[in-house]
Amino acid sequence: MYKTLREIEEDCRKENLPFWKLVQRDDCHEEAMSEEDSFEKMRGIYRAMRESDERYDKNLVSHSGLVGTDAEKVRLRREAGKLLCDDFTGHVMERALRVAESNACMKRIVAAPTAGSCGVMPAVLLTMQDRFQFDEDRMVEALYVAGGIGGVIAQRASLAGAEGGCQAEIGSASGMAAGAAVYLLGGSADAITHACAIALASILGLVCDPVAGLVEVPCVKRNVIGAMNAVTSCDMAMSGIRSRIPPDEVIDAMKSVGRALPEELRETGRGGLAGTPTGVEIQKKMHGRQEKS
Amino acid sequence: MNIFDVVGPVMVGPSSSHTAGAVRIGNVSRKLLGEEPAEAKIGLHGSFLATGAGHGTDRALIAGLLGLSVDDYRIPDSFSLARERGLHFSFHPVDLGENAHPNSAKLELKSRSGRELEVVGASVGGGRISIRELDGLEANFSGDYPTLIVHNLDQPGHVAEVTSMLSHKGVNIATMQLYRSGRGGYAVMILECDQEIPEEGVKWLEHLEGVVKVTYYSLL
Repeated sequence: MYKTLREIEEDCRKENLPFWKLVQRDDCHEEAMSEEDSFEKMRGIYRAMRESDERYDKNLVSHSGLVGTDAEKVRLRREAGKLLCDDFTGHVMERALRVAESNACMKRIVAAPTAGSCGVMPAVLLTMQDRFQFDEDRMVEALYVAGGIGGVIAQRASLAGAEGGCQAEIGSASGMAAGAAVYLLGGSADAITHACAIALASILGLVCDPVAGLVEVPCVKRNVIGAMNAVTSCDMAMSGIRSRIPPDEVIDAMKSVGRALPEELRETGRGGLAGTPTGVEIQKKMHGRQEKS
Repeated sequence: MNIFDVVGPVMVGPSSSHTAGAVRIGNVSRKLLGEEPAEAKIGLHGSFLATGAGHGTDRALIAGLLGLSVDDYRIPDSFSLARERGLHFSFHPVDLGENAHPNSAKLELKSRSGRELEVVGASVGGGRISIRELDGLEANFSGDYPTLIVHNLDQPGHVAEVTSMLSHKGVNIATMQLYRSGRGGYAVMILECDQEIPEEGVKWLEHLEGVVKVTYYSLL
């Protein structure tokens, strides 16, 4: 796996190949897999993403009762034409909630990069496909772009909330989606990496503070900010805006920020929102229920 | 790690460690038992105990014991599926000690024919797992490779017997671990291999003097 975004970008220039192809070739080489098999496997991942959105059940509530039914509220307001967001971003918001709520309700999703952040990529990618009618192959290529970015983050920093806080999950998903979105719009390798850098830099330091230790509050709603952040980061990069700090250094900053986060704010369910009086009360109630069941 | 660990896996939510990992612990335990489980007493430790119900860890473990994969839609309904298939199960809190991984479970299993197995499994992140104990003896393997587990008396020669059989069958060893309860007591060797071991090789080991139990975990 590539260890720097800079290397991918340089190889794109040297070999005159697209970003996704270099990521795919590198992975196939390491895994001893043919490029055709890899592509079809990735196609299956994209279809599973589409399905995770389509199978949303608007009546479903999670086991704890903390989340569910919110995406439907956004849909009703969007269809009434009352959202501040335009139709595209309204759909992005709704989809992020749909997939993240589905995850909390034990439905099938694609962990990309994690289950807790599973709403971000489909929210951005499916909505872009619906708007621009990209063919499926192109969407699969975009997943390689996202995977290449995620692979670099995994190696230089982390994709786990327990290690790096929420910035490692929602932040990484956002950076991956931003890069994939730039690819879909025909942006350069340089724009791809800078969209990722802008996205990561914008939510650097986000803490992981799940109430009662569950992937529900605030995880579900944070998928929305991750997706919206990817959209604006893509637009900025496509406008020619660049991160003042090189993308690989932004990822390194994410690692050092993650290390500096106290344990209470790294998925332990103790600090932040989990540590509020209401958060603590919910946790006590859940624990009581567990002992009875 | 490969690209499908980053964009993937496809799984039933909500948590790769508490749900997908729990299914995998169930899957590996089922294969180690080697037969359809009829009884399962499951102890939940640490974070599995504290947040297990909310994450569906209990339903995921049962789903895994029934052989469902991490992306099976039926995971949330595994309890009723278990009743249909005649698997009796119960859950209880367990304290596996300070050194145990916070996401751990202890499974006491019995098959219809009466075969018994005790497994301690840990979910170590991103849906990956580690089997930490087998029938009370220390272990450490991931279930990502064909794995041979041999319980034997702690006496000279058993390692040579096992490795020469593997060499004879053209099987390469990826990792190898040895543990024992005490000098001259019970010993266990765990070998993760790059290829599947032919059935007759496993059978041959079972008949050796001093070999108490042979368990083979196949990826097939």
